[in-house]
Amino acid sequence: MPLAKRIIPCLDVTAGRVVKGVNFVGLRDAGDPVEIAKKYNDQGADELTFLDITASSDNRDLILHVIEAVASQVFIPLTVGGGVRQVGDVRRLLNAGADKVSINTTAVTNPEVVRDAAAKFGSQAIVVAIDAKAVNDDNSRWEVFTHGGRKATGLDAVEWALKMQDYGAGEILLTSMDRDGTKIGFNLPLTRAISDAVNIPVIASGGVGNLQHLVDGVLQGHADAVLAASIFHFGEYTVREAKEAMRAAGIEVRL
Amino acid sequence: MKIAIVDYGMGNLHSVVKSMQLVAAEHAEVVLTADAAIIDAADKVVFPGQGAMPDCMAHLQESGLIASVRRAAAEKPFLGICVGAQLMFERSEEGPTDSLGIFKGDVVRFPAEKMVDANGQKLKVPHMGWNNMTIRREHPLWAGIADGERFYFVHSYHFAPAEDIAVIESAYPYTFAAAVARDHIFAIQCHPEKSSAAGLKLLQNFVHWNGN
Repeated sequence: MPLAKRIIPCLDVTAGRVVKGVNFVGLRDAGDPVEIAKKYNDQGADELTFLDITASSDNRDLILHVIEAVASQVFIPLTVGGGVRQVGDVRRLLNAGADKVSINTTAVTNPEVVRDAAAKFGSQAIVVAIDAKAVNDDNSRWEVFTHGGRKATGLDAVEWALKMQDYGAGEILLTSMDRDGTKIGFNLPLTRAISDAVNIPVIASGGVGNLQHLVDGVLQGHADAVLAASIFHFGEYTVREAKEAMRAAGIEVRL
Repeated sequence: MKIAIVDYGMGNLHSVVKSMQLVAAEHAEVVLTADAAIIDAADKVVFPGQGAMPDCMAHLQESGLIASVRRAAAEKPFLGICVGAQLMFERSEEGPTDSLGIFKGDVVRFPAEKMVDANGQKLKVPHMGWNNMTIRREHPLWAGIADGERFYFVHSYHFAPAEDIAVIESAYPYTFAAAVARDHIFAIQCHPEKSSAAGLKLLQNFVHWNGN
């Protein structure tokens, strides 16, 4: 009975509220963060990820209240990402009750933040989020993008993942940018290339449209965990159904 | 009844405190403290820890709480969690650590050459996620928790006890001691405060445990 592959629902938070929408368009209030977190916990979610999509810096601290409230009532690991710029941001989120903090654009613009945060809080608390997409026709070379996929960095995604592991990242959250929002499944060659290259766990994200995509992410992409948002938020599938599908495919899950 | 959670400046104790308060309810007052007198006066002590073991030991030394922690471990129901539990052994491969030596044995890293599963696929370190807990020996803190229940782990080093104290085992890919116990001491590698209902059950059992 080995270690279970994890299923992680991802919640978008803005100005202290959980919202849902398609590709950031038509955002609707999705309800109380604690109630939503409890619901996913009851369904058997292995962790929860909160992504702060607050545009205005004025409201950034509101995510702290969300995390504090959730961490006081839901006892599974919580990851928070979005807008993390310095070691102080990491500290504030951890003190509010986050177990891991995910660093994305700042890892590219100032990788020392990753190194310093890992040294200070331990690698187990630091996730580096990598947004990557294919830069050749046969989907065999991938580049890192920042700013929500709009800005190319020139960095090779596999090399970047290895570098972030060296800097002390304890986990990689890999988003297939060319798949995000498409519902056609993860970029499997990308996921597999990165997961096979590094020694730390890799969470696959971006493009999930059905439960077979989660299965493929683990069996073909070699992901250690799979993250999805819309298939859970809009009630298409419960986390439990996702786990049952994974178990039926021979994947070890916590049920 | 008072339960002290030892705060020696290592890591995020928010969830440990909140989960203990939830399960203690009206049965116990749970306090997070860096005060030796409060630890000495407490009926039970929780000793957490997070990060690198040498850093944790250095912080514990600076905190001036070692004597209180030792007294608590010698006298009353005592729960070590994660690196707090590791500090109760003699040595660690993570670096030179003049640790507490309450248990005989070492803390060792998952060796790279063994990290392959039955299908030949590479196993990642840290060992992160939910793994099965197999009962090796019955213990009051495991009452009401199923044999094989999954708990949440995140660690790169594990206990290698040199005495027969393992009560719960897990496997990654080989079997290792996931929880050890002797007398009124229970020490666990994974995170009950992050292990949902099963983890809360363990903490609740600790609240009601008299150490026998």
